[in-house]
Amino acid sequence: MNDMTPTREQRTAALEGMGCKRKRVEDIRFTQGKGNYVDDVKLPGMLHGDFVRSPHAHARVKAIKADEALKVPGVLAVITAETLKTVNLAWMPTLAGDVQMVLADGKVLFQNQEVAFVVATDRYAADDGINKVEVEYEPLPPLIDPFKAMDHNAPVLREDLADKTTGAHGPRKHHNHIFEWTVGDKDLTDAAFRKAEVTIKEMISYHRTHPSPLETCQCVCSFDKVKGELTIWGTFQAPHVIRTVVSLIAKLPEQKIHVIAPDIGGGFGNKVGAYPGYICAAVASIVTGKPVKWVEDRIENLTATSFARDYHMTTEVAATKEGKVTGLRVHVLADHGAFDACADPSKWPAGFFNIVTGSYDFPTAHLVVDGVYTNKAPGGVAYRCSFRVTEAAYCIERAMDILAQKLGMDPAELRLKNFIKPEQFPYHSALGWEYDSGDYHTAMRKMMETTDYAALRKEQASRRAAFKRGETREIMGLGVSFFTEIVGAGPSKNCDILGIAMFDSCEIRMHPTGAGIARMGTKSQGQGHETTWAQIIATEIGIPADNIQVEEGNTDTAPYGLGTYGSRSTPVAGAAIAMAARKIKAKAQMIAAYKLEVHEDDLEFDIDGFRVKGLPEKFMSMKDICWAAYNSVPPGMEPGLEAVSYYDPPNMTYPFGAYLCVMDIDVDTGVYKVRRFYALDDCGTRINPMIIEGQVHGGLTEAFAIAMGQEIRYDDTGNVVTGSFMDFFMPTAVETPHWETDFTVTPSPHHPIGAKGVGESPNVGGVPAFSNAVNDAFSFLGSTHIQMPHDFWRNWKAAKNLGAVA
Amino acid sequence: MIPGPFSYHRPASLADAVKLLADLGDDARPLAGGHSLVPMMKLRLATPAHLVDLHDVADLKGIRHYGSTIVIGAMTTQHELLVSGEIRQSLPILQEAAALIADPQVRYRGTIGGNVANGDPGNDMPALMMVLGANFRLSGPGGEREVAASEFYQGAYFTALEPGEILTSISIPVPPAGHGYAYEKLKRKVGDYATAAAAVVLTMAGGKVATCAIGLTNLHETPLLATDAANAVIGTSLDAATLKQAAAAAEAIMAPAADTRGPVEYRKHVGGIMVMRALQRAAGRAV
Repeated sequence: MNDMTPTREQRTAALEGMGCKRKRVEDIRFTQGKGNYVDDVKLPGMLHGDFVRSPHAHARVKAIKADEALKVPGVLAVITAETLKTVNLAWMPTLAGDVQMVLADGKVLFQNQEVAFVVATDRYAADDGINKVEVEYEPLPPLIDPFKAMDHNAPVLREDLADKTTGAHGPRKHHNHIFEWTVGDKDLTDAAFRKAEVTIKEMISYHRTHPSPLETCQCVCSFDKVKGELTIWGTFQAPHVIRTVVSLIAKLPEQKIHVIAPDIGGGFGNKVGAYPGYICAAVASIVTGKPVKWVEDRIENLTATSFARDYHMTTEVAATKEGKVTGLRVHVLADHGAFDACADPSKWPAGFFNIVTGSYDFPTAHLVVDGVYTNKAPGGVAYRCSFRVTEAAYCIERAMDILAQKLGMDPAELRLKNFIKPEQFPYHSALGWEYDSGDYHTAMRKMMETTDYAALRKEQASRRAAFKRGETREIMGLGVSFFTEIVGAGPSKNCDILGIAMFDSCEIRMHPTGAGIARMGTKSQGQGHETTWAQIIATEIGIPADNIQVEEGNTDTAPYGLGTYGSRSTPVAGAAIAMAARKIKAKAQMIAAYKLEVHEDDLEFDIDGFRVKGLPEKFMSMKDICWAAYNSVPPGMEPGLEAVSYYDPPNMTYPFGAYLCVMDIDVDTGVYKVRRFYALDDCGTRINPMIIEGQVHGGLTEAFAIAMGQEIRYDDTGNVVTGSFMDFFMPTAVETPHWETDFTVTPSPHHPIGAKGVGESPNVGGVPAFSNAVNDAFSFLGSTHIQMPHDFWRNWKAAKNLGAVA
Repeated sequence: MIPGPFSYHRPASLADAVKLLADLGDDARPLAGGHSLVPMMKLRLATPAHLVDLHDVADLKGIRHYGSTIVIGAMTTQHELLVSGEIRQSLPILQEAAALIADPQVRYRGTIGGNVANGDPGNDMPALMMVLGANFRLSGPGGEREVAASEFYQGAYFTALEPGEILTSISIPVPPAGHGYAYEKLKRKVGDYATAAAAVVLTMAGGKVATCAIGLTNLHETPLLATDAANAVIGTSLDAATLKQAAAAAEAIMAPAADTRGPVEYRKHVGGIMVMRALQRAAGRAV
C-alpha cells in the first residue's frame, strides 16, 4: 500500500451513502427553473379544458345550455354529465368505496362542483366559453353543519343512495350517514369509566383544512386513436394506481395506458385521489383525438380538490387520582363533504385513527367513528400525515393536557407517568396495533433537559403572577406534544387499495462501468428520493450514490408500486430498495468469488467491494464486479447484474417525537409570537440528516399554519370564505418561527435498514404542540379547551370570554 | 383566473392618456401597477375592454420638493418611496407605511397613485394622505383640478375622480421638523390588508401634544380622519386615561365589515389599540 491508497473513512465518504448529508441532486434543476412539470408538457395541437363550476352548495340542475359557449371562437366542445353517460363515466369510484359525480348529474352538492367541461384551442378561449355556458339552478337547502347531518329533517344530499341501507363499510343509519366504524372493547372501557377516580370529557375539533401544494392538480391526456393508447401526464402521487383505476373505469386495457408523473411541485396528500379533471381531459382527448390539458387554478384547488381533517372528536379519559390512565373513549363525527373521497386503504374508513391511544399504555379503549355527508367539497385526504393520524395525535395530546390540568399535574410529568415502557415493545395497543419499537422516556427527558423545561415553567409562573398584577398584557404558554405515528402502509394483512396490496417495489440495473439505474413504485413530490434512494443503494452495494440514477413516475418503466403518501416511501419502498440491492450484492459476491478463485463464503463485503477473508490484498471492487457481470460470469450463471424486489412489510413503523412550543400571546390583539420551538424526532435509522431536517422544517411550518389559522371555512349557505391565499393562511418566511431540531435513534426491528419514515411526523406532532401552547397560555384564566385554529381574533375572543379583555 | 379579452394601449404623454381615456369612455381603465385591477380582471370581476398603461408617461414619475411641499408623481412605485432620501428626510411615515405594503415584488410594481386613487378601503396610503393633508392633482378632459385627500373618498371604490380623469400627482405639505409619526398596522401575514391600522402625525411642546392628526385604514368603507380622537389628545401628555378616550373616540366612527380577519367587534377593538399604540410611538419619536 502506498500513501495514495484511500483510507476506509475516505472510501466510505466517497460513496455518500446512508448517514451522509448529501446535497439534493434534484435541486440542481429545481433551483435553475429546469424542472419538468405537467404544465411544461406542450404537445402539438394540444387543447385546453376548464370547468364551469357551481356557485351553489346544493341545487338542482334544471338545464345546461351550451349554444352561446360553442359560438365563442376557439371553443370546440362542452362536455356535460349527459356526454359522459354515453361512455358510462358520469360517475367514478372513490378510493373509499363511494362513488362521485364527475360532472353534475341532476344536482350539485358543493360550491365549485364541476358542472361542465369546456374544451378550446387555448386557455383564454376555454375561460371565455365557461362564461357563456348558461346553467339553470333551483337552489336546495344546504347542509353545512355536520352535527345536523343526521337530524330527522336534514335534507337528502345523496339521492343516488336513497334506498341503500348499507354502504361500503356496513349499515347506514340515516340518509346522510356514510359509515360507522367501531374498534375496541366497549364493555371493558365502560367498566373502566365506571370505576374511574377522575375523568375528563371534551369535544375536540380538528377543523377542515387543505394540503394546498405549490403546484395545483393538473394533467395532459393524449389518446392515440390508431394505437388505441392513452398517455396521461399528471400530478400523481401514485401513478400506478391511477393507471389501474383508469383501466377499470374507462375499460381500456392496462398495457394501453401510459401514466407519467413528471416533476411534482408538492403533494401532501392532495394528489393521491382521482379528480373529475383527469376523467374529463381523458374523455375530451378521446372525443377530439387531440391532447387535452387541464390545469387547476388556486381557487379551484382550495375549494374543489380534496380537503383534509374535519374531524370532531368527543374524547373521554379515565384515570386514577395519581394520574395513571385507565381508559379512553372517543366518538368521532367525520365530515366527508358530498362524496366520501377519503384516500384511505380499503378496509379503513377512518384511516388509522385507532392509533388514538398514542404513546400511552391504555389498558382499554373504545372508538366509534361516524362518517356523514354535507354540502362541502369531498375528501378527506391525509395532509402530510398517515391516514387520520394527525387527527388522532391531536385528539390524545389535547386530552392528556386537559387531564393534567384537571389533576393539577404538569403535562410532561403526566406523559412520563403513562408512556409505554421500552421493555413493553413490541407493544400491543388496546385498539389493535403492534408498535414496533420506541424509547419514549429518553426522548421526552432529552427534550425537557435541552429546553430547560423546568426553568420555562418557573418563568411562566412568575409571568402569570405579573399578568394578574396588571404589569403585562402578555400571557405565556408551553405546548408539550409527544406523538407516536403509524406509517408505512402497509402490510398486505392490513392494507390494500382497490384490492391491490400496499407493497412497494424497486428494480436496480447495474451497467458495465459501475453505474446503474434504479426505479421505484414511489413518486417524489419534493421529498428528495433521487438523493436518498441512491444513498441506500450506495451503502448496500458499495457504488457511489452519484453513480446511481433514480427514476420514478413512469408506469411503463417503473415496477408497480402504490406511490408516495402517508410516510410510506422509506418504510416500504426503502425496504424494497435495500432488498433489491442485497440481491445485486449476492450475485456480485458469486461473480467476485469466481474471479478471485475462492469460495463465496470466503469473501466478506468491505465498503465498496469483496475481500477474501484473511487475505486483505485479494479484493475486487464492485465497479470491477459490474464489468465482470457483462463478460466473465461463472459458468451457468446468466450475465448482467440486475434485481427487482417487491416488499410486503411485516408491520407498520412507529416513528415518535417530543416537541415543545413556547408562545407569548398579547391578549389585547390576540397576536402570538412563537418564542421557541424544539422538535426531537426519532425516525429510526437516518438516511440523510440534512433531508430529515428539511422535512421537519417543512412539516412544522405546515403544522404552524394549520394550528394558527389555516382553514377551509364555509358560511351558513355553503360559500367557501377562505378560497384564496388572502384568507387561507399560508405563512411566508416572515411569519414562520425558527425551528430547533434534535433526534434520538431507535431503529425499526423489522425494517431491513431500520428506518421508519419522517416526512409527516412534524405535522402530526407539531399541531398539538402549537394548540397546547395556546391552551396552556389561557389555562390559568380558567379555560380547559379552545378550538383551533388559533388565529388572532379567536385568541382575542378567548381572552375576552375569560374576562382578560374589557 | 383567466381575464377576458381586452385591448392594450400605451400612450407616451399625459395628453394622449387623457384623450384615450376620454375617447374610450367607460370601457377603458388606466393601468398603473396593476395590483388591484389585474387580480380583479383575472377573477372577471372587472372586464375593461381597454387598458391604458401609464408606464410610458414620464410626467407621472418622480419626487420633487417645492418650497414646503413635496410633490410625488402618481406612477412613483412604493419601492421608489422606500429608497428616496427626500421622503426619508421629510415624510418618514410614508416609508414606514410603504414597508408594510405587501412584499418587495409588489412594491417594485405597485404605485402610490394606484394605491390612493383606486378607493380600496384596504389600501394603506389613503389614511396617511388624509393625516398629512395631501392634495391630489387630477387631469381630465375638462383640464386640471386639485382635490384634498380628505374630500376624495366617497365609498368603497368610489372617489372624486370623474370619468376620464386620472390622478397625476400628490402634493404633501412637509410636516414640521421634529414631528412624531407612526403607522401601526395589524395584519395576519405579509401581503395581507390591515385588520386595522392607524396613522398618527403629531407635534409635542413641553411634554404635551401640540398638534395631532389620526387616520384609520380598513375600518370603514373609506379611510377615516379621526378628528375627535385627535382633539382628545391635544394638550395632554398621553396618559392612560387619555389614550383610552382617544381609542373610544376613534372606535365610535369605525364601521368595518366582518371578514376572515375577524368580527366587527374585534376589528373595532384592535382599531382602538392601533390608535393608542400609534400615539405612543409617535410621541416617543417627537422632539
